[in-house]
Amino acid sequence: MTRLVRSKIEVEGRMYDHFAIVEGREPQRWQRDAELRIVGKGEPRIDGPDRVTGRAIYTYDVQLPGMLYARVLRSPHPHARIKRIDVSRAAALPGVRVVISHLNAPMIPWTNDTLLFDPVVRFAGDEVAAVAADDEYIAEDAIRLIDVDYDVQPFVVDGEEALHPEAPRVHPTGNLVGGQPKVYERGDVQRGFAEADVVVEDTFQTQAALHNCLEPHGAVALWEGDHLTIWESTQHVYGVREQLAQIFDLPLDKVRAICWYMGGGFGSKQYTGKWSVIAALLARQAQRPVHLMLNRREENLASGYRASTTQRLKLGAKHDGTLTAIDLVATSPIGAYGNHAKAIGMHAQVMYACPNVRTEIRGVFTNVGEARSFRGPGATEGAFPFESLMDVLAERLGMDPVEIRLKNYATTEPSSGQPYSAKHLDECLRKGAEMIGWTGKRKAIRIDGTKRRAIGMACQTWGGGGGPPAFAWVKLNQDGTAEVLLGGQDIGTGTKTVFAQIAAEELGIGLDQVVVNLGDSACGPYAPVSWGSMTVSSVGPAVRQAAADARDQLRELAAEFLNAPFDQVEIRDGGICVRGESQPRMRIGDLTGWIGPFTILGKGGRGPNEPCVAVRTFGAQFAEVEVDTATGEVTVLRMVTVHDIGRVVNPQGAANQAEGAIVQGIGYGLTEQRIIDLQTGIVLNPNLEDYLVPTALDVPAIEHAFVGDPDQHANNLGAKGIGEPALIPTAPAIANAIARALGIRFLSIPITRSKILDAIRAADSSRRAAL
Amino acid sequence: MGAGANPGQHPPEEVARGPGKVPIQLHVNGALYYLEIEPRRTLLDALRLDLHLTGTKRVCNMGQCGACTVLLDGKAIYSCLTLAIECEGCQILTIEGLSDGDNLDPIQRAFIEHDAFQCGFCTPGQIMAVRALLERSTNPPPEEIRRAVSGNLCRCGSYLRIFKAVETAARVYAEQGSGWRQGGNL
Repeated sequence: MTRLVRSKIEVEGRMYDHFAIVEGREPQRWQRDAELRIVGKGEPRIDGPDRVTGRAIYTYDVQLPGMLYARVLRSPHPHARIKRIDVSRAAALPGVRVVISHLNAPMIPWTNDTLLFDPVVRFAGDEVAAVAADDEYIAEDAIRLIDVDYDVQPFVVDGEEALHPEAPRVHPTGNLVGGQPKVYERGDVQRGFAEADVVVEDTFQTQAALHNCLEPHGAVALWEGDHLTIWESTQHVYGVREQLAQIFDLPLDKVRAICWYMGGGFGSKQYTGKWSVIAALLARQAQRPVHLMLNRREENLASGYRASTTQRLKLGAKHDGTLTAIDLVATSPIGAYGNHAKAIGMHAQVMYACPNVRTEIRGVFTNVGEARSFRGPGATEGAFPFESLMDVLAERLGMDPVEIRLKNYATTEPSSGQPYSAKHLDECLRKGAEMIGWTGKRKAIRIDGTKRRAIGMACQTWGGGGGPPAFAWVKLNQDGTAEVLLGGQDIGTGTKTVFAQIAAEELGIGLDQVVVNLGDSACGPYAPVSWGSMTVSSVGPAVRQAAADARDQLRELAAEFLNAPFDQVEIRDGGICVRGESQPRMRIGDLTGWIGPFTILGKGGRGPNEPCVAVRTFGAQFAEVEVDTATGEVTVLRMVTVHDIGRVVNPQGAANQAEGAIVQGIGYGLTEQRIIDLQTGIVLNPNLEDYLVPTALDVPAIEHAFVGDPDQHANNLGAKGIGEPALIPTAPAIANAIARALGIRFLSIPITRSKILDAIRAADSSRRAAL
Repeated sequence: MGAGANPGQHPPEEVARGPGKVPIQLHVNGALYYLEIEPRRTLLDALRLDLHLTGTKRVCNMGQCGACTVLLDGKAIYSCLTLAIECEGCQILTIEGLSDGDNLDPIQRAFIEHDAFQCGFCTPGQIMAVRALLERSTNPPPEEIRRAVSGNLCRCGSYLRIFKAVETAARVYAEQGSGWRQGGNL
């Protein structure tokens, strides 16, 4: 029986309505005390051998017969009109096969009423022309031989400046994205502040941060007649297929998108970019496959970043710490392309209970590349000011930071008023405080020469509950092994292993008897974007249903074969058993082999979400830092993170995700920032030497724990996501620890050495002045 | 181990070669290859594009990330900063030379055991840097382990697991004595 069910899904702070097609019976939820053999165990990655031997083929590694290599010429100016392009010298270079620019490329519409190759360039790095040649070195030589005359236009790269009425316009419609701020309001903020005993407020800034996935964005395009195959380093195989089908006006079945292995995305690869369209255009014209991967500089100019923000935040509270009002006004420059600022207000809206909340978010166009989602988009930017100001408020009230957060604990989802499907943030706080030794260390700021130590903390909430549509198939091979097939992707998070665990659990076979084939739109059904920490919770339940379907088909056949009632036939450890008998009657492979060419194919889909329930993830994080007041160096000594993400399918993989998120959070809090020269509009550090991502020498001890209580209202697994949650509170936890250590509050991240030294000097001189 | 010239030290009879493709010979993973490449071709590109050994990754292509690390006469080098033509006469070991089919090197096994990666794109470079470390020191202290991979960025942030994997691999190497060197096809 096929049913159509409406379902609501929250992704990165936005609500989506989807109709879920539900087939067959969804498996019963695994109960809290269900005895699971494989789910819940820290299994090593099933694709580990491929990744450690170099056998894994990433998009960058795809090599096809006759393949050409492409390079892109990019604008050196942040805003200009192309007066003239002369490609004759490039085209004449031996080995060059195709050169395209706005002169000869088809007029392919791009975002914000622009074109793929537009006669106007809107950031230093915008695409001007592209070359495909026999060798990448030749293509690189060729783009240097393209002569372009630019009519340089006024530009703006600073978000606040862009809102000035006299500022140069990035688009004719003006620089305020959507023409108005995005306002959220509940209760009466003015009344809330009037009722407050204490009001704290400040203006905070967060920087633009670059993803720097080690595998850059890019694609390999192959045309076979009017059929396009595209390998892309993407977080959404099916999305790439749909986008390219639309752009090239092809039916969906004429486009195949593939991403077998993926070298990191962190949100920047949710949808395709100009690279894959250019690769496909070049390949069509050359009638040869084309490889186009961005180099590191291009990656840091034209493939996305976490947008900077300026946030004016004001909190009102009673003497006992109860929040009475929250007011946030944020500005975020999103670059020249795109249509919205991220959900910067999410933290203010839903982290704590507060009746009166107003957030106003202004997205601003600037002459910079396009901002994209970056791990916990919006929530991460919003958490630093909010969690910092909560500590300021606690100090003002003489309260403990943990206590004030518990005081404002939300027992229903503050924005919708709906009950939570499950929430154990209180346990995260209690456990995390215990692990870091909160009460013992809180008062003691140890001073050792020039070094000071302190601890700090912050809280986090995020979605991660997932939802439909998502589908999976499970095939039983003749030898009794199983194959999970789906069109989703493993972006490095361990998706394959988690799905193999779920399928093996449900089928009653060993983990080594399951393979997972994904990352190819031609070999499996639709799966959603790997975003919002929801791959396990969206696709996992579909895998489970598909496995259950395959198992039941096998049981039906076995019942007939063994002449036993269906409900007496069980699958245990790869054996087909009759209930009550200790020995299996036969192995699965005996039956699947015997039925020969017939293949059992189980199908599964993600069921709808429960209506009127808020599914969220929560966490509390604690940081211990040492600050050297002589050098400004911050050493993060220890991080403790405790999360409520429902059932944890693979604790080892989840821990790895949490640790990695913290490492990125340390970079975000202390060292990482993209720097643009305001005079020229040029990114000054588009490389891994000057853009400081954490190295092996920068990582502290990281301890983690998961509450682990299955969320009985989330989905049939009881599992939610961990990819993003652990990054959100890292920078504020560190900032709060630094504030505690120095007695100085930093209002912007990254908290660099120079900021610390400047602040210490300023504090010293004002102290001297006071004497 | 080969006794070849170090990069940059050309034999005295060598004359300027190129521009244009020139014939060179490379010893990679115990086999000898004859190539015709431009002198400006990096070792990284010769491995990936001419020998189709795509396990060695190209990330920054300017010596800032370590993803292209291979061993040149036992020493870890950034292959993106090394010209292929400089490597004639040297023994080159890449990630593909570390395992023999499903028979993985102890470092590779330890990386899997400790889940010392997520996306895996930096992993071949990390493993080769570790191999170079364990060729010179079978009982490296924790600081030396950190330093050995500090030139290899892991954006997924699995560093703590990499350290554990190196400790485990070092123990296995130490137990196996000098016999393990055969595993590297050198």
